[in-house]
Amino acid sequence: MVGILEDKDRIFTNLYGLHDFGLEGAKRRGAWNGVREILSQSPEWICDQVKNSGLRGRGGAGFGTGLKWTFMPKQESERPHYLVVNADESEPGTCKDREILRNDPHLLIEGCLIASYAIRAHTCYIYIRGEYVFERERLEAAIKQAYEAKLIGKGNVHGWDFDLHVTHGGGAYICGDETALMESLEGKKGQPRLKPPFPAGAGIYGCPTTINNVETIATVGAILRRGAEWFAGFGRPNNTGTKLMAISGHVNRPCVVEETMSIPLRQLLEDHCGGIRGGWGNLKAIIPGGSSVPMITAEMAETALMDFDSLREMRSGLGTAAVIVMDKDADIVKSIARLSYFYKHESCGQCTPCREGTGWMWRVMERMVTGEAEMAEIDMLLDVASQVEGHTICGLGDAAAWPIQGLFRHFRHEVEDRITQYRAGRPHVQGATLVAAE
Amino acid sequence: MSVRRLSPNQPTSFTFQPQTLEKAKWWIAKFPAGRQQSAVIPILWLIQKQDGWVSEPAIRLVAEMLGMARIRVLEVATFYTMFMLEPVGSVALVQVCGTTPCQLRGSESLMAVCKRKIGAKDHLSADGKFTWQEVECLGACANAPMAAINDYYYEDLTPESFEALLDDFAAGKAPAPGSAVKRQGSSPEGGPLTLFDPALYDGSAAKPLKKIPNAAPKVTAKTEPTA
Repeated sequence: MVGILEDKDRIFTNLYGLHDFGLEGAKRRGAWNGVREILSQSPEWICDQVKNSGLRGRGGAGFGTGLKWTFMPKQESERPHYLVVNADESEPGTCKDREILRNDPHLLIEGCLIASYAIRAHTCYIYIRGEYVFERERLEAAIKQAYEAKLIGKGNVHGWDFDLHVTHGGGAYICGDETALMESLEGKKGQPRLKPPFPAGAGIYGCPTTINNVETIATVGAILRRGAEWFAGFGRPNNTGTKLMAISGHVNRPCVVEETMSIPLRQLLEDHCGGIRGGWGNLKAIIPGGSSVPMITAEMAETALMDFDSLREMRSGLGTAAVIVMDKDADIVKSIARLSYFYKHESCGQCTPCREGTGWMWRVMERMVTGEAEMAEIDMLLDVASQVEGHTICGLGDAAAWPIQGLFRHFRHEVEDRITQYRAGRPHVQGATLVAAE
Repeated sequence: MSVRRLSPNQPTSFTFQPQTLEKAKWWIAKFPAGRQQSAVIPILWLIQKQDGWVSEPAIRLVAEMLGMARIRVLEVATFYTMFMLEPVGSVALVQVCGTTPCQLRGSESLMAVCKRKIGAKDHLSADGKFTWQEVECLGACANAPMAAINDYYYEDLTPESFEALLDDFAAGKAPAPGSAVKRQGSSPEGGPLTLFDPALYDGSAAKPLKKIPNAAPKVTAKTEPTA
């Protein structure tokens, strides 16, 4: 067998788009089954079941989903409740939600209805990234089908009035942050808000709002149909369930695959992706959870498990389970410098440490790639990175610092070699300053 | 941050085509009354679909339409990098993803093709038919390297297949989006390794459930106060 998870336990059965994405096909695969019975239970029951399943947010932060839902007010007031689904998938390496949006949209729609009922919301917005034009067309088509079949909408067969709308962004990574997403949804620049107030108190239009990732919401229907214990049976305690994992970079066959949490990273790569290009011995480093988490080395990858706790112990993180593999042919300094450019490009400009720091770090990183730097600049760079980290409203500052810190934690000697080599044979005046970072 | 400014050459006016206007109204209707500002990004996008780019008169018109201050619409148009602030190629806008996962699999060679065939980054080609850009992660990393051409994704490219693709566009054809090596979605090359169980697709999953697991024994509206 390939991997750990058996076919019968897969939630996303049309992951590769081999079957009908529409309502009829989705129903045959089990979507919408039992939703009426689920909605005949109380919202508290749904929250409890989701809590018992151990489902943690699949968008990167890994916050308990059931717990998050209970933060919403228990009674509706004059301010309506909203569910917002974060489909602004832009983290480099991450391409899992796209498969749900284009191939299994009904799992998402059904999850939206159930989650909205659980948080007592009658309206849900799905905020999809602007570049996913095809995915948006698919999703709109699926929603239209659901409206026509009276599965959602006013006076639907499930007895919970529910409107579902799709809206889209304009190509800004920052809008994946929940508060920036809310700003963008309101028709403003996507600049994150300070918390508190938390979205459950004042989210979009100042109303109580819950924001969840696409994969989180799309999983809920299956969890309730098959039971919290079924879902909790996969993976290690505190890291339960199944998860879509996207593998890119230097493996023989990159792919997206659903696997159990806590699958050994090495098994994931060898079973599903045909191993590392040139064999396991050719592995240099892996970014296990999307560009924002620090990299781990080949030795660590031997024992790493794909879950929150194992990767945190390695001072990295599961993030979105987007595995970026770099073999020995890869120029890892350049790879990280490219990520620094990404963060510089995507900084929203609101907080000074991030706006200035990301550009500064990128310019220094570019010089590290060629070796055209002072040795002392390595420590200066790490110092600046640590000053950006944790001093910004949202997580982008942290996300920009971590890949650099990860690189120097494991491969500092390589950068030092480059600097030494660059200087060898070149006239050098002691104390001369290089083109400084401004 | 990326510095983005309006083009110095602006048309004198902008008019909505009827279908664009209709679509714009559909977007506005999605949001609660008084929150029509929420539709600003989709409407600017519609304008870009109509004209190919977002001009200053269009921004003014959107501000009027949505009851927003002009500067707020201008902010949105310059903040979001999907909005083109000057005219782009009449045949194709080519956006090559250059972020690390694509870079690791050779996006730089795709950009070299662009440079050779189209010209400088972010500028109209000499014949006015193409514009190419390097963009940040487009979220199709398992199918890297890739490029978005006129909104749709072309994946698993090589310099050769990419060049052929650009030639097709130049010849007025409309190549089908998707994988250049005929992969099925994001499955591993050579075909999926999972999802073979016929029971997943024979309709057995659609049979009514006897009972929802862990269902509460008695189902009534909750009356007791919750903590």
